Amino acid sequence: MHVSTDILTWVAVVLTVGIFSFLWKDNPFYKFCEHLFVGISLGYFISLTWYNAVYPDLFRPLFVQPLSEVSLGNKLLFIIPLLLGLCYFCRFIPRVSWLVRFPMAFVLGWGAGVTIPAVLQTSIIRQMQGTFLTPGIFARWDVFLWAIISFVGVVCSVLYFFFSREHKGALKVASETGIVFLMVGFGASFGYTVMARMSLLIGRFQFLLRDWLGLIQ
Amino acid sequence: MIPFLILLLAAGQTAPPETTAAVLAPPAPPVAVRAFDTPNDAGKSITLRWSAADTLARTWLIERTGPEGPKVIATSEPGETNYLDEEVKDRIRYTYRIAAVAGGDTVWSAPAAAVASTPQFFNTSRVNILIAMVIFFALVVYYIESAKKGKNLFVRRIAGLDAVEEAVGRATEMGKPIVYVPGLGSVADIATIASLNILGEVAKKVAQYDSALLVPNRDPIVYTVAREIVKESYTKAGRPDAFRQDSVFFVTSEQFAYAAAVDGLMVREKPATNFFLGMFWAESLVLAETGATTGAIQIAGTDSVFQLPFFITACDYTLIGEELYAASAYLSREPLLLGSLKGQDYGKMVILLTLVVGSALLLLSKVPALSFFSNILGFFSTR
Repeated sequence: MHVSTDILTWVAVVLTVGIFSFLWKDNPFYKFCEHLFVGISLGYFISLTWYNAVYPDLFRPLFVQPLSEVSLGNKLLFIIPLLLGLCYFCRFIPRVSWLVRFPMAFVLGWGAGVTIPAVLQTSIIRQMQGTFLTPGIFARWDVFLWAIISFVGVVCSVLYFFFSREHKGALKVASETGIVFLMVGFGASFGYTVMARMSLLIGRFQFLLRDWLGLIQ
Repeated sequence: MIPFLILLLAAGQTAPPETTAAVLAPPAPPVAVRAFDTPNDAGKSITLRWSAADTLARTWLIERTGPEGPKVIATSEPGETNYLDEEVKDRIRYTYRIAAVAGGDTVWSAPAAAVASTPQFFNTSRVNILIAMVIFFALVVYYIESAKKGKNLFVRRIAGLDAVEEAVGRATEMGKPIVYVPGLGSVADIATIASLNILGEVAKKVAQYDSALLVPNRDPIVYTVAREIVKESYTKAGRPDAFRQDSVFFVTSEQFAYAAAVDGLMVREKPATNFFLGMFWAESLVLAETGATTGAIQIAGTDSVFQLPFFITACDYTLIGEELYAASAYLSREPLLLGSLKGQDYGKMVILLTLVVGSALLLLSKVPALSFFSNILGFFSTR
């Protein structure tokens, strides 16, 4: 056993144990660690936003770089995001708080516009391409079997999410088959993700037992 | 014996005269060298293609001639027959030539025709996405118009959403707050947009029942939107005075710090109902498990396949993927949202029909006379 003498390791250990103490019950030690975590992360986030986004992408080209580096036309373009960003602060002034809706509308519109074609491409068209039954499935019996299972699974799962008809008769059979496929998928994903979580826990215990107590190599 | 062996070894080390000639022969220059503006891109890119005349070349040298003069810009492996030059300026003409290199020999091809790169306004490889969007939006617009004309649009029962009213009522009876977590995603996530729509409906019910609502946020922009939505819902419910400024608040952007804070909030406030609707990652189980220990009714929903199992195991009701998108229409029964939901539904039917018919035709393409059906798959490939 070789207990660490590094002060930072001890700080990390105290905070780790503080967060773990929540497993027992809510307590002042956990509250302290929680508030410290939230405060530090928020401060870090503000700093990160300034140095990685606001300063290099807006403040520097608009106010610091000379006209020889950024043309007047481009500088004027930067005023648009500046004004949109400033609109967020209008909510602190009741008389003009409605201005906050402009950047919100812009961001929501942009979000939907960017996301919808991307989702269509990756989650629908590509998936359809992979689901089609092609002559290649006759190459081997196992390929054939999996292609059919996959095809039936996709069709039945999509039918489960059909909301315009009551799930009765054939639609009920199909949607119930679909939910079986979904649950099998969720079960697999559950096991996979739990293992990933376990590795996070193991990582934390390794820190306590190796870096702090020196009990393991 | 030994001199004989030495003689044999010496003979083995000497290459036959034919092989020596082959090594010494210079490689043939690549043929059919072609440079063209890379199609369907945002410019600043030229594609080169060529064919190897023989197999002697050990490497290719690619030379670009532009306003700054000739410059070797890259070397390429012998198996390669194309190259993407992404260091060009738009609307400036460049010529290219390629050399086959073997040993000490460098043999240049004839220069390809001069070419300039330009950005394309329309990406023709994504016509299929355009068609899908046109079909989808046509269906949505049609059903929205039908709903506006008063047509009764049926939506089947969704158990998780029927529980919303019950959950808000329970909170009122118990005199405890409702915690609504709109996920950890940004407004660019569809799940977040769906969650914000549901938040509006939940906030309306909360205002009507005069319950307390707490909405902790991780994303500053989602926070701003959520706050406006809740405020508007209180106004729509005729209770603008009941809206508390601090009921919707920003916590932090760090994932696990946010999870720790929401855990603390749930344990201290002891809410009657927790909503976890939107985009979630590894914190999903941390939140749902803590919520379950407080005895709250929990309604969760996400389209993240990896987090759904955790919500299914730890929450009372879980909205799976599409159910989350359908929720706002289901709860509000507003014609605009109902029409949109119907449009999505029949869009799914178009997808299923395409899958079934497409598969049948693709299987038929095994018959030589019907092999042209195999081109169907090409329509679904995108770049």
